[in-house]
Amino acid sequence: MHIAEGFLPLEWCVVWYLLALPIVAYGIYRAQKLREKERGVMSLLAMTAAFIFVLSALKMPSVTGSCSHPTGTGLGVVLFGPSITAFLSIIVLLFQALLLAHGGITTLGANTVSMGIIGPFVGWLAYIAVRKMKAGLLTSGFLAAFFADLVTYVVTAGQLAAAFPATKGGILLSFEAFFGIFAITQVPLAIIEGITVALALKLLQEHGVAVEMWKPKEVSGNEA
Amino acid sequence: MKLEVTTILAVLIVISLSSLLALTTAIPKAEWGGSDSQGMELIEQSLNYEPWSNPIWEPPSGEIESLLFSLQAAIGSLIIGYYFGRLKGRKESEK
Repeated sequence: MHIAEGFLPLEWCVVWYLLALPIVAYGIYRAQKLREKERGVMSLLAMTAAFIFVLSALKMPSVTGSCSHPTGTGLGVVLFGPSITAFLSIIVLLFQALLLAHGGITTLGANTVSMGIIGPFVGWLAYIAVRKMKAGLLTSGFLAAFFADLVTYVVTAGQLAAAFPATKGGILLSFEAFFGIFAITQVPLAIIEGITVALALKLLQEHGVAVEMWKPKEVSGNEA
Repeated sequence: MKLEVTTILAVLIVISLSSLLALTTAIPKAEWGGSDSQGMELIEQSLNYEPWSNPIWEPPSGEIESLLFSLQAAIGSLIIGYYFGRLKGRKESEK
Protein backbone atom coordinates (compact mmCIF):
# COMPACT_ATOMS: atom_id res chain seq x y z
CA MET A 1 0.00 0.00 0.00
CA HIS A 2 3.02 2.28 0.05
CA ILE A 3 2.67 4.74 -2.79
CA ALA A 4 6.28 5.45 -3.70
CA GLU A 5 7.97 8.85 -3.54
CA GLY A 6 6.87 11.14 -6.35
CA PHE A 7 4.20 8.77 -7.62
CA LEU A 8 1.24 11.03 -6.95
CA PRO A 9 0.67 14.32 -8.77
CA LEU A 10 1.33 17.29 -6.49
CA GLU A 11 -2.33 18.27 -6.11
CA TRP A 12 -3.19 14.80 -4.80
CA CYS A 13 -0.27 14.90 -2.36
CA VAL A 14 -1.73 18.13 -0.97
CA VAL A 15 -5.28 16.77 -0.79
CA TRP A 16 -4.24 13.68 1.20
CA TYR A 17 -1.98 15.71 3.50
CA LEU A 18 -4.82 18.11 4.25
CA LEU A 19 -7.07 15.19 5.09
CA ALA A 20 -4.48 13.32 7.17
CA LEU A 21 -2.87 16.03 9.28
CA PRO A 22 -5.91 17.20 11.31
CA ILE A 23 -6.74 13.61 12.22
CA VAL A 24 -3.14 12.86 13.21
CA ALA A 25 -3.12 16.06 15.30
CA TYR A 26 -6.34 14.95 16.99
CA GLY A 27 -4.72 11.56 17.62
CA ILE A 28 -1.75 13.23 19.35
CA TYR A 29 -4.19 15.24 21.47
CA ARG A 30 -6.11 12.08 22.39
CA ALA A 31 -2.90 10.24 23.25
CA GLN A 32 -1.87 13.05 25.59
CA LYS A 33 -5.28 13.08 27.29
CA LEU A 34 -5.09 9.34 27.75
CA ARG A 35 -1.62 9.61 29.25
CA GLU A 36 -2.91 12.06 31.86
CA LYS A 37 -5.84 9.80 32.77
CA GLU A 38 -4.35 6.32 32.69
CA ARG A 39 -1.13 5.44 34.45
CA GLY A 40 1.14 3.12 32.52
CA VAL A 41 -0.63 3.65 29.23
CA MET A 42 2.57 4.84 27.56
CA SER A 43 4.06 1.35 27.56
CA LEU A 44 0.90 -0.05 25.98
CA LEU A 45 1.08 2.70 23.33
CA ALA A 46 4.73 1.87 22.66
CA MET A 47 3.90 -1.83 22.37
CA THR A 48 1.08 -1.05 19.91
CA ALA A 49 3.41 1.09 17.79
CA ALA A 50 5.98 -1.72 17.90
CA PHE A 51 3.26 -4.12 16.73
CA ILE A 52 2.67 -1.92 13.67
CA PHE A 53 6.44 -1.75 13.07
CA VAL A 54 6.81 -5.52 13.15
CA LEU A 55 3.78 -6.48 11.05
CA SER A 56 4.38 -3.85 8.40
CA ALA A 57 7.98 -5.04 8.01
CA LEU A 58 6.96 -8.58 7.11
CA LYS A 59 6.51 -9.06 3.39
CA MET A 60 4.75 -12.34 2.71
CA PRO A 61 3.95 -14.27 -0.46
CA SER A 62 0.31 -14.49 -1.43
CA VAL A 63 -2.10 -16.29 -3.77
CA THR A 64 -1.51 -13.85 -6.63
CA GLY A 65 2.16 -14.78 -7.00
CA SER A 66 3.32 -11.50 -5.51
CA CYS A 67 4.21 -10.32 -2.03
CA SER A 68 2.67 -7.81 0.30
CA HIS A 69 2.75 -6.96 3.98
CA PRO A 70 0.15 -6.65 6.76
CA THR A 71 -0.43 -3.22 8.32
CA GLY A 72 -0.59 -4.04 12.04
CA THR A 73 -3.11 -1.29 12.73
CA GLY A 74 -5.93 -3.59 13.90
CA LEU A 75 -4.57 -3.88 17.44
CA GLY A 76 -4.26 -0.11 17.81
CA VAL A 77 -7.80 0.48 16.73
CA VAL A 78 -9.26 -2.02 19.21
CA LEU A 79 -7.15 -0.59 22.05
CA PHE A 80 -7.13 3.13 21.31
CA GLY A 81 -9.60 3.87 18.52
CA PRO A 82 -8.88 5.31 15.08
CA SER A 83 -7.32 8.73 15.78
CA ILE A 84 -4.48 7.49 18.00
CA THR A 85 -3.93 4.70 15.46
CA ALA A 86 -3.49 7.38 12.78
CA PHE A 87 -0.82 9.03 14.94
CA LEU A 88 1.04 5.72 15.47
CA SER A 89 0.82 4.88 11.76
CA ILE A 90 2.34 8.14 10.56
CA ILE A 91 5.38 7.51 12.80
CA VAL A 92 5.92 4.11 11.17
CA LEU A 93 5.31 5.46 7.66
CA LEU A 94 7.74 8.34 8.21
CA PHE A 95 10.40 5.94 9.41
CA GLN A 96 9.88 3.70 6.38
CA ALA A 97 9.94 6.66 3.98
CA LEU A 98 13.17 8.09 5.39
CA LEU A 99 15.20 4.97 6.17
CA LEU A 100 13.86 2.31 3.80
CA ALA A 101 12.84 4.41 0.79
CA HIS A 102 9.52 2.65 1.24
CA GLY A 103 6.68 5.06 0.59
CA GLY A 104 7.73 8.69 0.52
CA ILE A 105 7.52 12.15 2.01
CA THR A 106 5.40 13.50 -0.85
CA THR A 107 3.04 10.52 -0.52
CA LEU A 108 3.11 10.37 3.30
CA GLY A 109 -0.29 12.06 3.49
CA ALA A 110 -1.88 9.58 1.09
CA ASN A 111 -0.29 6.57 2.80
CA THR A 112 -1.38 7.84 6.22
CA VAL A 113 -4.95 8.21 4.95
CA SER A 114 -5.04 4.60 3.70
CA MET A 115 -3.05 2.75 6.39
CA GLY A 116 -3.58 5.06 9.33
CA ILE A 117 -7.06 6.47 8.88
CA ILE A 118 -9.63 4.94 6.53
CA GLY A 119 -8.48 1.30 6.89
CA PRO A 120 -8.42 1.39 10.70
CA PHE A 121 -11.64 3.40 10.80
CA VAL A 122 -13.52 0.76 8.81
CA GLY A 123 -11.95 -1.92 11.02
CA TRP A 124 -13.16 0.01 14.04
CA LEU A 125 -16.71 0.26 12.65
CA ALA A 126 -16.70 -3.49 11.99
CA TYR A 127 -15.46 -4.04 15.53
CA ILE A 128 -18.18 -1.91 17.10
CA ALA A 129 -20.87 -3.51 14.93
CA VAL A 130 -20.03 -7.10 15.87
CA ARG A 131 -19.40 -6.14 19.50
CA LYS A 132 -22.96 -4.74 19.61
CA MET A 133 -24.14 -8.12 18.36
CA LYS A 134 -22.48 -9.66 21.43
CA ALA A 135 -19.54 -11.16 19.54
CA GLY A 136 -16.56 -12.05 21.73
CA LEU A 137 -13.41 -9.95 22.00
CA LEU A 138 -11.33 -12.33 19.88
CA THR A 139 -13.83 -12.59 17.00
CA SER A 140 -14.35 -8.84 17.00
CA GLY A 141 -10.60 -8.19 17.17
CA PHE A 142 -10.05 -10.58 14.27
CA LEU A 143 -12.62 -8.73 12.15
CA ALA A 144 -11.26 -5.31 13.13
CA ALA A 145 -7.78 -6.30 11.97
CA PHE A 146 -9.03 -8.09 8.87
CA PHE A 147 -10.96 -5.05 7.66
CA ALA A 148 -8.34 -2.50 8.74
CA ASP A 149 -5.75 -4.40 6.70
CA LEU A 150 -7.86 -5.13 3.61
CA VAL A 151 -9.55 -1.74 3.38
CA THR A 152 -6.14 -0.04 3.57
CA TYR A 153 -5.23 -1.66 0.26
CA VAL A 154 -8.63 -0.94 -1.29
CA VAL A 155 -8.09 2.74 -0.40
CA THR A 156 -4.62 2.68 -1.99
CA ALA A 157 -6.19 1.27 -5.16
CA GLY A 158 -8.79 4.05 -5.02
CA GLN A 159 -6.17 6.75 -4.47
CA LEU A 160 -4.14 5.58 -7.46
CA ALA A 161 -7.27 5.22 -9.61
CA ALA A 162 -8.37 8.75 -8.74
CA ALA A 163 -4.94 10.17 -9.62
CA PHE A 164 -4.51 8.02 -12.72
CA PRO A 165 -7.84 7.38 -14.43
CA ALA A 166 -7.57 5.23 -17.56
CA THR A 167 -7.87 7.24 -20.78
CA LYS A 168 -10.65 4.94 -21.94
CA GLY A 169 -12.81 3.63 -19.13
CA GLY A 170 -11.83 6.28 -16.57
CA ILE A 171 -11.46 5.82 -12.83
CA LEU A 172 -13.46 2.60 -12.63
CA LEU A 173 -11.24 0.73 -15.06
CA SER A 174 -8.02 1.81 -13.39
CA PHE A 175 -9.52 1.05 -9.98
CA GLU A 176 -10.16 -2.47 -11.23
CA ALA A 177 -6.52 -2.78 -12.31
CA PHE A 178 -5.11 -1.46 -9.00
CA PHE A 179 -7.67 -3.45 -7.01
CA GLY A 180 -6.45 -6.60 -8.75
CA ILE A 181 -2.85 -5.85 -7.79
CA PHE A 182 -3.42 -4.74 -4.20
CA ALA A 183 -6.62 -6.08 -2.71
CA ILE A 184 -6.68 -9.71 -3.90
CA THR A 185 -3.09 -10.24 -2.75
CA GLN A 186 -4.06 -8.89 0.63
CA VAL A 187 -6.89 -11.27 1.58
CA PRO A 188 -4.77 -14.12 3.03
CA LEU A 189 -2.52 -11.61 4.77
CA ALA A 190 -5.50 -9.88 6.33
CA ILE A 191 -6.62 -13.25 7.72
CA ILE A 192 -3.19 -13.87 9.27
CA GLU A 193 -3.17 -10.37 10.69
CA GLY A 194 -6.62 -10.99 12.17
CA ILE A 195 -5.44 -14.12 13.99
CA THR A 196 -2.33 -12.29 15.24
CA VAL A 197 -4.41 -9.45 16.69
CA ALA A 198 -6.78 -11.95 18.33
CA LEU A 199 -3.74 -13.60 19.94
CA ALA A 200 -2.38 -10.27 21.17
CA LEU A 201 -5.78 -9.30 22.62
CA LYS A 202 -6.11 -12.66 24.37
CA LEU A 203 -2.66 -12.24 25.93
CA LEU A 204 -3.46 -8.70 27.08
CA GLN A 205 -6.75 -9.83 28.56
CA GLU A 206 -5.13 -12.75 30.38
CA HIS A 207 -2.72 -10.31 31.99
CA GLY A 208 -5.53 -8.07 33.15
CA VAL A 209 -4.94 -5.18 30.75
CA ALA A 210 -8.10 -3.19 30.06
CA VAL A 211 -8.60 -3.31 26.31
CA GLU A 212 -10.89 -0.79 24.57
CA MET A 213 -9.12 2.18 26.16
CA TRP A 214 -10.97 4.48 23.75
CA LYS A 215 -14.23 3.87 25.57
CA PRO A 216 -15.33 6.44 28.14
CA LYS A 217 -15.00 4.79 31.55
CA GLU A 218 -18.70 5.16 32.55
CA VAL A 219 -19.81 3.24 29.48
CA SER A 220 -17.29 0.43 29.69
CA GLY A 221 -18.26 -0.15 33.33
CA ASN A 222 -21.76 -1.24 32.32
CA GLU A 223 -20.68 -3.83 29.84
CA ALA A 224 -19.71 -7.36 30.58
CA MET B 1 -4.27 -31.84 28.19
CA LYS B 2 -6.37 -28.72 27.95
CA LEU B 3 -5.45 -26.61 24.94
CA GLU B 4 -4.99 -22.93 25.65
CA VAL B 5 -6.63 -20.46 23.27
CA THR B 6 -3.30 -18.67 22.85
CA THR B 7 -1.62 -21.92 21.79
CA ILE B 8 -4.34 -22.63 19.22
CA LEU B 9 -4.02 -19.12 17.78
CA ALA B 10 -0.22 -19.31 17.63
CA VAL B 11 -0.40 -22.68 15.86
CA LEU B 12 -2.96 -21.25 13.40
CA ILE B 13 -0.55 -18.41 12.55
CA VAL B 14 2.30 -20.84 11.94
CA ILE B 15 0.11 -23.10 9.77
CA SER B 16 -1.26 -20.27 7.64
CA LEU B 17 2.17 -18.68 7.17
CA SER B 18 3.73 -21.97 6.17
CA SER B 19 0.91 -22.71 3.74
CA LEU B 20 1.58 -19.35 2.08
CA LEU B 21 5.23 -20.33 1.81
CA ALA B 22 4.28 -23.76 0.44
CA LEU B 23 2.17 -21.95 -2.14
CA THR B 24 5.31 -20.51 -3.73
CA THR B 25 6.09 -23.95 -5.16
CA ALA B 26 2.53 -24.31 -6.50
CA ILE B 27 2.73 -21.19 -8.69
CA PRO B 28 6.04 -21.76 -10.46
CA LYS B 29 5.80 -18.88 -12.92
CA ALA B 30 5.19 -16.19 -10.35
CA GLU B 31 7.91 -13.64 -9.62
CA TRP B 32 6.93 -12.89 -6.01
CA GLY B 33 7.63 -9.20 -6.39
CA GLY B 34 5.99 -6.67 -4.12
CA SER B 35 2.44 -5.57 -4.92
CA ASP B 36 3.61 -2.01 -4.17
CA SER B 37 6.18 -2.06 -6.93
CA GLN B 38 3.70 -3.76 -9.30
CA GLY B 39 1.31 -0.87 -8.77
CA MET B 40 4.04 1.71 -9.41
CA GLU B 41 5.23 -0.18 -12.52
CA LEU B 42 1.69 -0.14 -13.89
CA ILE B 43 1.65 3.66 -13.57
CA GLU B 44 5.10 4.07 -15.11
CA GLN B 45 4.45 1.76 -18.04
CA SER B 46 0.85 2.36 -19.01
CA LEU B 47 0.94 6.12 -18.51
CA ASN B 48 4.61 6.91 -19.16
CA TYR B 49 4.59 8.56 -15.77
CA GLU B 50 7.85 9.90 -14.38
CA PRO B 51 7.93 10.28 -10.58
CA TRP B 52 8.54 13.96 -9.90
CA SER B 53 10.56 13.45 -6.74
CA ASN B 54 12.93 10.75 -5.50
CA PRO B 55 13.67 9.35 -2.04
CA ILE B 56 16.24 11.41 -0.15
CA TRP B 57 18.15 8.25 0.65
CA GLU B 58 17.81 4.74 -0.67
CA PRO B 59 19.33 1.56 0.78
CA PRO B 60 22.25 0.92 -1.62
CA SER B 61 21.42 -2.78 -2.12
CA GLY B 62 18.80 -5.44 -1.52
CA GLU B 63 20.93 -6.87 1.29
CA ILE B 64 21.11 -3.57 3.12
CA GLU B 65 17.40 -3.04 2.59
CA SER B 66 16.59 -6.43 4.11
CA LEU B 67 18.94 -5.63 7.00
CA LEU B 68 16.91 -2.51 7.74
CA PHE B 69 13.63 -4.39 7.44
CA SER B 70 14.87 -7.11 9.80
CA LEU B 71 16.08 -4.48 12.25
CA GLN B 72 12.66 -2.85 12.15
CA ALA B 73 11.00 -6.18 12.96
CA ALA B 74 13.63 -7.11 15.56
CA ILE B 75 13.42 -3.85 17.50
CA GLY B 76 9.62 -4.01 17.38
CA SER B 77 9.60 -7.60 18.68
CA LEU B 78 12.00 -6.62 21.43
CA ILE B 79 9.61 -3.94 22.67
CA ILE B 80 6.61 -6.30 22.45
CA GLY B 81 8.52 -9.03 24.32
CA TYR B 82 9.66 -6.58 27.00
CA TYR B 83 6.11 -5.34 27.48
CA PHE B 84 4.60 -8.81 27.90
CA GLY B 85 7.51 -9.94 30.05
CA ARG B 86 6.87 -7.05 32.39
CA LEU B 87 3.15 -7.87 32.52
CA LYS B 88 3.92 -11.46 33.40
CA GLY B 89 6.39 -10.42 36.08
CA ARG B 90 3.90 -8.03 37.62
CA LYS B 91 1.16 -10.68 37.62
CA GLU B 92 3.44 -13.18 39.33
CA SER B 93 4.61 -10.75 41.98
CA GLU B 94 0.99 -9.95 42.86
CA LYS B 95 0.26 -13.58 43.72
